[in-house]
Amino acid sequence: MKLTPQQYDAMIQKTVPATQSGRTIPAAFLVGGLICMLGQGLTDLYKLFLDQQQASTLASVTLVFLSALTTGLGLYPKLAKFAGAGTLVPITGFSNAVTSPALEFKSEGFVLGLGAKLFTLSGPVIVYGIVTSILYGVLYYFTGLGG
Amino acid sequence: MQYFYVFLVGGALCAIGQILIDYTKLTPARILTSYVVAGVILGGLGIYQYLIDFAGAGAAVPLTGFGNLMAQGVRDAVDQYGLIGALMGGFTAGSAGLAAAILFGLLAALIFKPKDKS
Repeated sequence: MKLTPQQYDAMIQKTVPATQSGRTIPAAFLVGGLICMLGQGLTDLYKLFLDQQQASTLASVTLVFLSALTTGLGLYPKLAKFAGAGTLVPITGFSNAVTSPALEFKSEGFVLGLGAKLFTLSGPVIVYGIVTSILYGVLYYFTGLGG
Repeated sequence: MQYFYVFLVGGALCAIGQILIDYTKLTPARILTSYVVAGVILGGLGIYQYLIDFAGAGAAVPLTGFGNLMAQGVRDAVDQYGLIGALMGGFTAGSAGLAAAILFGLLAALIFKPKDKS
């Protein structure tokens, strides 16, 4: 059977369950908001001992640690199933994107399995983030934009 | 009250991500990337700092906050070292988060066994 892309799309529309945005968007809002509140709680706690910048950095590091741990325990993926972007957008989502493929592909070896797959999802984030920051740096040098 | 703003802004940034997942064909990997790039741009324009001042971790914890951090780092590095700083600041500012993600990701992958996808 030959199908045009349009026909294929129409068939997909019928079989794929409709996205339940009435559930997914509030779930993402709730869980994402709570993760950020946890980050704020940690920041405020660390500010008892450290300056604002260090406290904020250490709070991020703690969230990254918690996400790697709960990803290893299989809990973060369960939460992600419920919360969608609520677990993707915070820095915990980045940590999960590092840990998850590393864990899954470690059977392929420590170098090209674990070591390489660690960057499968996070690599593009770093590549485009860094390149954008370099472009901005050049722009800032010549124009003072945003300074 | 501060915590309410944290929840509101952090939640809203995540809800936008969910809208992108539900209504566009953007994959999670593209959304992660877009958020960081958007953070660098908004940080570069000097806009994102207002959101951080208003919502603290609500703006810092989402990946746009990571992008903003990189923009800030580049600005500081260019101020200090000139044009070569454009190549330095992004990694400098992002170093703690990146190094932590690599370290804890590696440790978790070594210690735990992959779970069955169910």
